[in-house]
Amino acid sequence: MSRKKEVRGSEELLVSKKYVRQSQIRIILHNLRKNKGAMIGLAIIVLLVLVSCFADVLFDYDTEIAGLDISQKLIRPCKEHIFGTDDLGRDIFKRVLYGARYSLGVGFAATMIGMVIGVIFGAIAGYYCGLAEDIIMRLNDVLSAVPSILMGIVIVSALGASTFNLMLAIGITSVPQFVRITRAAVLSVRNQEYVEALKATGMSEARIIAFHVIPNCMSPIIVQITLRIASAIIATSSLSFLGLGVPVPAPEWGSMLNLGRSYVRTASYLTIFPGIAILITVLAFNLLGDGLRDALDPKLRK
Amino acid sequence: MAENILEVRNLKKYFKTPRGMLHAVDDVSFTIEKGHTLGIVGESGCGKTTTGRCILRLVEPTSGEIFFEGKDIMKLNRSEMKHLRKDMQIIFQDPFSSLDPRYTINQTLSETLRINKIRSGKKAIEDRVLELMETVGLAERLINTYPHELDGGRRQRIGIARALAMEPKFIVCDEPVSALDVSIQAQILNLLEDLQEKLGLSYIFITHDLAVVNHFADEIAVMYLGQIVEKAPTAELFENPLHPYTQALLSAIPIPEVLDERPQTILSGEISSPIEPKDECRFSKRCRFSGDRCKECGPKLVEVKPGHFVACGRLGEL
Amino acid sequence: MEEKKKNEMPQDEIALELKNLRVKFVLEQETVHAVNGIDITLKKGHTLGLAGETGAGKTTTALSLLRLVPHPGKVECDKLEVAGKDVLSMSAKELQKFRGSDLAMIFQDPMTSLNPVFTVGQQIADTIMLHNPTTKEDAFKQAEKMLELVGIPAARAVEYPHQFSGGMKQRVVIAIALACNPGVLIADEPTTALDVTIQAQVLAMMKKLRDERGMSMIMITHDLGIIADVCDEVAIMYAGRIVEYGTLRDVFNHTKHPYTEGLFNSLPNIRNRDERLKPIPGLMPDPSKLPKGCAFAPRCQYATEACRNKKPQERMVSDTHMVACTAYDDPAFRINRPEKGGNNG
Repeated sequence: MSRKKEVRGSEELLVSKKYVRQSQIRIILHNLRKNKGAMIGLAIIVLLVLVSCFADVLFDYDTEIAGLDISQKLIRPCKEHIFGTDDLGRDIFKRVLYGARYSLGVGFAATMIGMVIGVIFGAIAGYYCGLAEDIIMRLNDVLSAVPSILMGIVIVSALGASTFNLMLAIGITSVPQFVRITRAAVLSVRNQEYVEALKATGMSEARIIAFHVIPNCMSPIIVQITLRIASAIIATSSLSFLGLGVPVPAPEWGSMLNLGRSYVRTASYLTIFPGIAILITVLAFNLLGDGLRDALDPKLRK
Repeated sequence: MAENILEVRNLKKYFKTPRGMLHAVDDVSFTIEKGHTLGIVGESGCGKTTTGRCILRLVEPTSGEIFFEGKDIMKLNRSEMKHLRKDMQIIFQDPFSSLDPRYTINQTLSETLRINKIRSGKKAIEDRVLELMETVGLAERLINTYPHELDGGRRQRIGIARALAMEPKFIVCDEPVSALDVSIQAQILNLLEDLQEKLGLSYIFITHDLAVVNHFADEIAVMYLGQIVEKAPTAELFENPLHPYTQALLSAIPIPEVLDERPQTILSGEISSPIEPKDECRFSKRCRFSGDRCKECGPKLVEVKPGHFVACGRLGEL
Repeated sequence: MEEKKKNEMPQDEIALELKNLRVKFVLEQETVHAVNGIDITLKKGHTLGLAGETGAGKTTTALSLLRLVPHPGKVECDKLEVAGKDVLSMSAKELQKFRGSDLAMIFQDPMTSLNPVFTVGQQIADTIMLHNPTTKEDAFKQAEKMLELVGIPAARAVEYPHQFSGGMKQRVVIAIALACNPGVLIADEPTTALDVTIQAQVLAMMKKLRDERGMSMIMITHDLGIIADVCDEVAIMYAGRIVEYGTLRDVFNHTKHPYTEGLFNSLPNIRNRDERLKPIPGLMPDPSKLPKGCAFAPRCQYATEACRNKKPQERMVSDTHMVACTAYDDPAFRINRPEKGGNNG
């Protein structure tokens, strides 16, 4: 083999390093940047993630978030407490900020649980037709026939109210969506000729599915993840509102709504601010999801 | 006599459909000599693609025997088959869907080399990738490009390089040029021809384009509804086509020359359904010579001249 | 094919006239020049073949004739007249009437150009009713007649598109296009999706209908064989320009442009199978980055410095034969492809 080699110093440089390949993530980001709504959504999410990560640095949980101070109770929004304080004298602004970690954390973890289970079964159902597909899809139909809130209530009541059980409950309710989306995507990829070409080169089916089929189905799954996180956040808040979610006194937005319920007429700021927090977060994820759907669509790429 | 690289005997592939058994390939037999090319010609739905897939066992044949270099590959188990796949490769029609859009040329080729342990070590693999790219006429600078950045002709070259990476002796070319423009088509055909000469490859060339197969193949098998209706050396088939279907096919080629008159046998009707066909000549509904005998039983392939086989019930009379 | 009377060309003999058509697509990062100055004159009852490879601008040209170029395409044109009507000044309403009744188009893929939820008879009848004030029953009867005309039994008018094979569907599409008796028919690769024997059937039928109705046709194809079979005149397109234009004999037997020569050399010769193919090296230029001079110069074996720097001028080599090639500035220039018999030009 008489190939020319780039010699830099004494080290031989592989030719493939010389020609930089375009990173796919960069192309997607480039497309995403054009979408203002998605960028706003992304900015809000980044902010919320930062707040969640550094919540413990910013606030002292025992005194500022969970500690009571009856003398300060039910103060209207003012300079000192810009969102006011609740019936136990806790600062609502701090609690709302701190609460982001529960919503995001549970929403994200639950979606991941749902995604992993859903993608595995969806890929199997899509790739191997026949009996496996029938069984998975019928079970999936059964699972999606149960209203998700009801499902969540059943799981949490059976296993007990804890943050982990909440994640599990919400995760399982999001499985059917992922199964369906993955199966549809896999079905279209499976019939592409390159899958057959890889079989002809003697590659194992497991490797083909993991390295060639699933990566090509990622776009709808990624979009689904962002949209599912939004609904998982709503589900988290709903279950917490019912007292089945994150145990008190943790400042979960849903349980804050529940606490403020009895003061709606006299001190509406107890419910307004956590409500707005939920709204903005869900909106941010939905905006990002819509933006990603466009950015990942190969038809819109040049 | 030259050695046969491939021998196919009584190959059948039926698919189950809601309306009955679809006879995609129905009792097809042929042989290919080492270093030669067999062209399989036919219209869509005649089973030519399924035949190609069956030989590589990408589709499991319903019955039949396939001998590759004397070994019956139908009797091989999974790991033996995997080993044999190195010798038999396939090039696909659609250069757009036959490459993984998320893999660069380098990734596509080096993965094939690595997984099948054809080369090991980063350096050796990369050297081989570059060598393959040079063989199929791809510039070195394209090594890290994705398929969507390339045109159809270049993508088809990657497909060929991927097949060559396995160092095969035999390649099934499934309509490798029909998705390409004429000027690019000629480039790819010349490349395939050069590779055959250089590497001593044997081909099955599946196509609907008679002009291409005339140029490319040593022997041609004409298929109609899952069966071979005529098989002969290329020159013989073009000079002396005996089956009425072959004659119609040949006269349907649009010749790019100014001709005062074009002798054309225009077939009436369309291909009938391959689902549960009756035991009759399958072409009889469109055949202008069709008689009572054609409806009675399916004709067998008969050798009329050395190497020239025809399946037509009224052969003697016409 | 009969010889045409080419010298006299009174106004009413012209079915379609197009002058200096330019189409560009302005995208965010670049401007794609799809068509760069095309003139077409189509006489009544004649068939013009537009030949060229993918990306030559054939389909864009056809869509411009119907004023159907999709967004973000920008069409500029000095003159476009079909059957004596100025298409450029038509309102949206007039255009709707014009499409289908004066100028109809057949698209490449018969599988997607029919609506799957209506019967084929209904779809033909709809087109008829759109342009003629008739009752539903009358239109349907006419639709049945149209189907028979394209060789489909009238009884099948009540069937849905999925019950037809590819060749039959393309016949239905042709029936729809012909339903309102258009003066000019544009056929965009009408047989590319079909098998050879079916292609022969469809082409024979189209030729018959054209001759019976005295229709003019523009046949867009990449297959020079189909051109030779169907057309009277040929325009070879490359990178949005017509590089050679003339009668069938002019272009096929007295080929002048190196690109046309390259196309012929790329085709396998059915009569001489051992001849090696001579492909055109390289690729079609990117229409957003066209070279300064002749667009074909980078692939041309005869290219000189002048070709690379100067846009080629259109040059008439005979009354009917135009070639756009700078090399003919040198009167001694000849391409390698030999001239064939026949005396023309």
